Amino acid sequence: MNSVPQAPGSFSGGFAWAMARDLRLAWRHPDEAVLTVAFFVLVASLFPLGIGAEPQLLQRIGPGVIWVGALLAAFLALPGLFAADYADGSLEQMTLSPHPALGWAGGKIAAHWIVSGLPLTLLSPLIGLQYGLTPDTLLVQALSLAIGTPVLSLLGGACAALALGARGGGMLLALLALPLFVPVLIFGAGAAEAQATGLSPAPHLSLLAAALIAALVGLPWAVGAAVRIAVD
Amino acid sequence: MTGKHRSGTPDVLQVRDLACRRGPALLFSGLGFEVAGGELLCVRGPNGCGKTTLLRCVTGLTRPDEGTILWHGEPSHVDPERMRAGMAYAGHLPSLKDDLTAEENLEFSLRLRGAATTPGERREALAAVGLDKRRRIPSRRLSAGQRRRIGLARLALDPAELWILDEPLTALDDAGQALFTELLDRHLAAGGLALAATHHRLAPASGVVRELRLA
Repeated sequence: MNSVPQAPGSFSGGFAWAMARDLRLAWRHPDEAVLTVAFFVLVASLFPLGIGAEPQLLQRIGPGVIWVGALLAAFLALPGLFAADYADGSLEQMTLSPHPALGWAGGKIAAHWIVSGLPLTLLSPLIGLQYGLTPDTLLVQALSLAIGTPVLSLLGGACAALALGARGGGMLLALLALPLFVPVLIFGAGAAEAQATGLSPAPHLSLLAAALIAALVGLPWAVGAAVRIAVD
Repeated sequence: MTGKHRSGTPDVLQVRDLACRRGPALLFSGLGFEVAGGELLCVRGPNGCGKTTLLRCVTGLTRPDEGTILWHGEPSHVDPERMRAGMAYAGHLPSLKDDLTAEENLEFSLRLRGAATTPGERREALAAVGLDKRRRIPSRRLSAGQRRRIGLARLALDPAELWILDEPLTALDDAGQALFTELLDRHLAAGGLALAATHHRLAPASGVVRELRLA
């Protein structure tokens, strides 16, 4: 046979593997990523049309609407995050790989954020202009999304892994994940709103950052445990 | 026999007192066996007797209700990553991505296994299983047998000492079955071991073939 030395598994090996593979798959099939972004832009653009173009009202609701749009858009890509790998046996192989679950679970979630949360964050200032938000508010809004959307990806990833193998998984996932997204929504939208009303957005952003750190520490591990149960 | 997988203890894989129930049904209990380097253990039995479950228990995917699995004399739950590094599992599910080409699928599965291979080696392995002309085609457009052949290329390049194979000959034509037997033969000759659940007769030229019957 061949004399390939067996490289031991590592966190970084698993992380890089999962991220590279999922990004390649997203690139092959960009419709899901495009749908996420298109949904966000559409929802955020429909509100001014439905409510009427009254500048003060739009400025008032802008941060909240953009955050709700981003949250729902980030949710859209969640059901397929683990379900496809579960169905074709890739999750079994990942569980049996020498890499720790923390690595590949983290890599998959990072790839999910890159194709959903990141484009939403980058687009948010453009959408915010529609609502007449001031440059300061736009900046805080983008910052709150930059900290908040990774939390959504992590929380959503853990819920998607927990919902694996359940009948009606999509519905269950919505029931599990959306309530957990609420605190992120409150502090995320609150940051931009505080900035718009002349208060400091720092407390909201600090709480979001604290949530991100807690999610980074705990949730990839939870994903690994949930996947292990699902493939049993 | 001097192979790359030769180790001090003769029985590389030891299974002791294994019991597993699925729901109310007891599939097997008190099951024990050993597999040494250069040996193939064929698990046989009627449909639904627990062959797949037994294999999944050995891999660690399914937690057995009782029993221990020793890998090089050490219980596998003490350091599961050590056993996983030395074990390749080919189950019923193909673990192929339809949108990736045969070449990419092979590359990603080997990287996941921690095996460092060069593009040349992967191309050669695909050519050896007859997919040279189809290696750039998305896997969704390959036939069931051709998809299984990607799995053969994967086994050929995987440095694992233990192969755990669930119905390895499914969907393979005569030439594919011959290819598999040849791979198995080389694996056993190099001192590797294999555990296979199959209804076919596996007859590699080298190595010891034993049978385990599940009632």
